[in-house]
Amino acid sequence: MALSFMDGNEAVARGAMAAGCSFFAGYPITPATTVFANMLKMLPPKGGICIQGEDEIASMGYCIGASMAGRKVLTATSGPGLSLYSEQISFAVGSEIPLVIVDVQRLGPSTGSATRGADSDIQFMRWGNTGGVPVIVLVPRDALDCYLLTIHAFNYAEAFRCPVFIASNKEIGMTRESVDLDAVALPALVERKKHRGAGYLPFGAAPGAAPDFLPIGGKTLVRQTSSTHGPDGYITIDPGVIAANQERLQNKILAAEERITLYEENHREGADTLVISYGVTSRAVEDACRLLEKKGKPVSSLTLKSLWPVPETLLLKAARNYDRLVVIEMNLGQYVGEIRRVLCGKKIDFYGQMNGILIKPGKIMEVIENE
Amino acid sequence: MSSRLNLDRPPVFCPGCTHERITKALDRALEKRGIAPHKTVIVSDIGCSGLFDTFFNVHALHGLHGRALTYAQGLKLADPTLNVIVTMGDGGLGIGGAHVLAACRKNLDITLIVLNNFNFGMTGGQYSATTPTDAKVGSEFLNQAEVPMDLCAVAESAGATYISRCSGHDPALCDLFVDAMDHKGFSLVETLGVCTGRYTKKNQLTPRAIDAMIKAMPQMNGPVAKNQRPEYGETYRKLALENKHFSMPVTIKKQFEPAAPKREEIVILGSAGMRIVTAGDIVCYAGMAAGMNVSMKTDYNITVLRGHSVGEIIISPEKIGYAGIESPTVVVAISDEGVQRRKAMFATLNSDTFVLREKSVTIPDTPAAVVEIDFKAFKVKRHDWALASLGVLAKEGRGLTPDLLAFAVRKKLGVRLSLLSLFGNRVSLAQFINK
Repeated sequence: MALSFMDGNEAVARGAMAAGCSFFAGYPITPATTVFANMLKMLPPKGGICIQGEDEIASMGYCIGASMAGRKVLTATSGPGLSLYSEQISFAVGSEIPLVIVDVQRLGPSTGSATRGADSDIQFMRWGNTGGVPVIVLVPRDALDCYLLTIHAFNYAEAFRCPVFIASNKEIGMTRESVDLDAVALPALVERKKHRGAGYLPFGAAPGAAPDFLPIGGKTLVRQTSSTHGPDGYITIDPGVIAANQERLQNKILAAEERITLYEENHREGADTLVISYGVTSRAVEDACRLLEKKGKPVSSLTLKSLWPVPETLLLKAARNYDRLVVIEMNLGQYVGEIRRVLCGKKIDFYGQMNGILIKPGKIMEVIENE
Repeated sequence: MSSRLNLDRPPVFCPGCTHERITKALDRALEKRGIAPHKTVIVSDIGCSGLFDTFFNVHALHGLHGRALTYAQGLKLADPTLNVIVTMGDGGLGIGGAHVLAACRKNLDITLIVLNNFNFGMTGGQYSATTPTDAKVGSEFLNQAEVPMDLCAVAESAGATYISRCSGHDPALCDLFVDAMDHKGFSLVETLGVCTGRYTKKNQLTPRAIDAMIKAMPQMNGPVAKNQRPEYGETYRKLALENKHFSMPVTIKKQFEPAAPKREEIVILGSAGMRIVTAGDIVCYAGMAAGMNVSMKTDYNITVLRGHSVGEIIISPEKIGYAGIESPTVVVAISDEGVQRRKAMFATLNSDTFVLREKSVTIPDTPAAVVEIDFKAFKVKRHDWALASLGVLAKEGRGLTPDLLAFAVRKKLGVRLSLLSLFGNRVSLAQFINK
């Protein structure tokens, strides 16, 4: 067995390369900078393009342009940069432009702490677009996940023609660790579905589906617009056409919830409590559960690796046999509300911490044991 | 070649608007240049200039206010064969100023047409970055407290290789556009025009007055001699091609069988410049060579040349969960700044924790076993203390062994342990282990 040694940010870059990414634009920001630095080393030798935008808004604009030319594109930032991405994310969401956005989260709000971790942006990623259109957010718990989930993210971006977020965290992005890249089963790569034949409508799609793609610069003329548009890509004020498009944007993501859902679960014999967590926190949760098992108090765990769309089917199934749920987050409760919504009627305890340091396994044990 | 105008979607501008003339001149220019429609993209901004993409049968991208240049450059970088034209108003110029500067500095081969009509036409005639101080616009008195900017002068200082300022009513407008598009690099054409819907309702501005205005300003008629340089895309591709080496991840096979594999939590408390991260990498490589899982968290100032630098390393036969340090087995204290960063930890250490303290460093009271070392007496330079500490740990068999250290040093630094001269006076790390 040979282990590789890398941090989460390098793992994201390597995942992007494995997924066929050929364009990166970004702006330096701690703790995401090394995603950019890695892409700048990796893309040129493979014929790809990597540039530094004059700011985050521009970086996203370059990515949007390159994606519309048919490339698989990646960008990386942290909370303050995500704020600046926001208007372009709305464009990419509403106009179905595939992108992968890595948010190496740091302690917010605002400038916050550049080198302190927190899962600060869980709701911001979901609701940071005008129009409230659903997005896909994947959440790694270690460097190996950064590698694997980046490939999934590109696949989802291509399949659903939408931006896909990777909700990393300073504590993953900048922590180096041994990873066994050979031990992970990679998904088959998904490519954007190209339109064939005549009569191309840039936003023509079946209800709940993404439109077929043709690149700007190809033989067939393509229209892309940030304005409310009909299937032909021209502005429309037809309420019927507008409604159909809004519903399609929503349904293409929400209806695919089960297809998008990624998770790990560890059900232990005799457990009556299920601990639900995501991201780097789930590593401490797993330690806590193992220690409690040694103490003769088995507790089960569910690690969410996709947060949006909310994996409702999974939550209902995983929680079915438990009397009590414990939700742990590295913020003051950005996701527990979703779990309470889906699993209403269950006893749900919550612990959140947002103080710049990792939640310790001992604290999680205390929360679990102090019923 | 024929007109690229989209007959199904004729221009919808207010009667007398200069934009309509510009639409027609641009069409003639596209026709004259003879580039296939599918090799042309119009990227339009927001406002009345943002309607341009709909009038032409070419590829079109209509995006957000001020950001047109960003999409245009992404497209051009991704597909250098595209003929990229951007239409933007004086509003987009203001809100997207950073992108205009960047485009001038980059010199990608695209053409920017700024349709300057001195106000925000679409939203009610508010003042823009080019509104004259004495104009009467829809912003009450606000424009009277500011001065308009000279786009061409700014572009010139930002390094634009081609700048042209002209009237939107210039009979030669088509040829001016063709010339700009023919330029290899970023070309900027600022057209001055009238907004009949808003601006000229309260301000006297005629094509003749625009001609006089242009005459009174510095003349900008094409290539800027002092700014000439190769096109960005060509330069980028040339430089990028020089980077042929794709570095694979650092990968380490298990090659040593540890006698008693156990979890180690190692904390190195140092300062910037003491190569704490390098030392941490070496410890991790050693752990991996013993077939163990490893993780390393680092903590240092953003100003990397000053302040503390702390490395927290876990070596474990099991998969590592929580990557923080809970009960250190080894603490290396080689700077006061580093110790201060984790001072609360010392009281919580176990009695069997191995603490290596450099003689000059002060540590809080601790139940742990403290070993003092005087690196200064060995004439070890301060920036080598972290590496030298690894020698002590290997000698003591705490966290790594001499064999593992020798392997890891060679892997990380590319030198043999026996040749790794840390101590100024030809003393190697290997000799140090033997002391």
